[in-house]
Amino acid sequence: MRKQFCDSLVARSSRPEMVFLTGDLGFMALEPLKEAMGPRFINAGVAEQNMVSVAAAMAREGLDAWVYSIAPFCYARPFEQIRNDVAFHNLPVKLVGNGGGYGYGVMGPTHHAIEDYGVLLTLPNMRAFTPVFDEDVTEVVERAGEAGAPAYLRLGRGEPPPGYAVPAYAPWRQLTSGQGAPVVAVAALASTYIQAFADLPDDARPNLWAVAELPLSRNPPPELLVEQIRRSGALAVAEEHVRCGGVGSELALMALDQGWRINRFDHFYARAHHYETYGSQAFLRAQSSLDPASLLAVLAPHLKAAG
Amino acid sequence: MTITDSDLKRARKRLLQMHFESRVGHIGGNLSCLDALMVLYHEVLTPQDRFVLSKGHAAGALYTALWSSGRIGDDALKTFHKDATLLAGHPPASGIDDILFATGSLGHGLSLAAGAAKALELKGEGGMVYCLTSDGEWQEGSTYEAMVFASHHRLSNLKILVDHNQLQGFGTTSEVASMAPLGDRLAGFELDLKVIDGHDLGAIRAALASRSNTCQLIVMQTHKGRGVSFMEDRMEWHYLPLGAEQYAQAVQEVEAR
Repeated sequence: MRKQFCDSLVARSSRPEMVFLTGDLGFMALEPLKEAMGPRFINAGVAEQNMVSVAAAMAREGLDAWVYSIAPFCYARPFEQIRNDVAFHNLPVKLVGNGGGYGYGVMGPTHHAIEDYGVLLTLPNMRAFTPVFDEDVTEVVERAGEAGAPAYLRLGRGEPPPGYAVPAYAPWRQLTSGQGAPVVAVAALASTYIQAFADLPDDARPNLWAVAELPLSRNPPPELLVEQIRRSGALAVAEEHVRCGGVGSELALMALDQGWRINRFDHFYARAHHYETYGSQAFLRAQSSLDPASLLAVLAPHLKAAG
Repeated sequence: MTITDSDLKRARKRLLQMHFESRVGHIGGNLSCLDALMVLYHEVLTPQDRFVLSKGHAAGALYTALWSSGRIGDDALKTFHKDATLLAGHPPASGIDDILFATGSLGHGLSLAAGAAKALELKGEGGMVYCLTSDGEWQEGSTYEAMVFASHHRLSNLKILVDHNQLQGFGTTSEVASMAPLGDRLAGFELDLKVIDGHDLGAIRAALASRSNTCQLIVMQTHKGRGVSFMEDRMEWHYLPLGAEQYAQAVQEVEAR
């Protein structure tokens, strides 16, 4: 999604109030933005705490401030700066984390971002954008840029099947339809299930939903999804995020609050930072049973019955 | 408007009164920077300027200077530290136009000030950004990051004041994590450094009036608890509230000085 992100910001950079700060990252990706923005492109160096506070003050001065780094360096290292300087003042700083989830794969646990939106959404005024496909990024940049509030963008890599017609961006999208129970997936992970679900017969195919904006209090599930949950009495949630603070917890609370009467709830989530070995994003997803085969191994016996 | 000794006495007494009535501490570090804040708010700051109190625990001194210069009323001061107040123990996030940022966690203010200074530069606007730090907060890594940024960008519209009272939360700055001599340590950054007596109004005025082609840093040699004999240079007055007898003595000393 980096190319789409760069292209989107280059288009946005005609706004004189826009300023972009990077924590010394973007080589072989953000050069066009650097060229387009001139002095408003600031390499703030390897100093993320300062970078976030500087961005907060710039937003306070009316500038359209964007902050970019590898995802964990964007939200974990400078968390207090995000909390105190950005969120407490409801300043519209856009925090852009590249490689959300296990995006940095075998680079190791320091580069994984599997608690990002859960941690950030504990803060007042914060919004998280979790694009599903590379094509979403233009719209997401626009929506985050106009949110008028602190925003986090989790960039990853969309993995739709070859030849797949990516649907127009929406905060909630139904990606597959069938008689099976609904499955809610977050961010780019959702795109990895399309083919496997499409290959199932209609009477067992889950209704796959992708959510791309959080918190759910600002982006509640659409009526159709709620109807599917009520009808099937089942819900599965898959997210490349630890269980605590994830969308699974939020949906479970919402189900209790709203009396959805779910008989079966399956939550697939990132198994935190305690692997003995490392590997690619696909390897790590499989370790957490987030890959399509593992997910279906759990869900398949119940899909027809649920439908 | 040039302030007089009478203005300073009045401010010092009001600061003591509000802390006494609210039964709260942090008095020592408020008194050490009150002189500089009084000069700033009465004589220096224009509507184009910005001020960031990085040592947020000196909120009482900030509120007092805002009150003394007519920016907030006495009724507001009477709510200091009370339920439903805007005047919390550290500066609030909103509600007072002259306070831009909620500070209190040390090591944030200098980055915020540097960001404001860079923003003014990018916008092509004049005005200076002033930032008051403690001396202990130079132990924060984020302050170092901010100094690197301010120095690299040669933020000539940024003026940093250090309240160098040499006492921090649980010891002297030299005992806890020495950076002495602070001025020499910071001189390695390409900045315009001055070391002054932070209670000499003339020296404060001169330092604040000077201009440079790079970021300026003013190390103010100060005394914690300035103006009250039993508080001066005593670490415990980082925390202690005033008892009735102590308050009476403190006011008497300020009057007599």
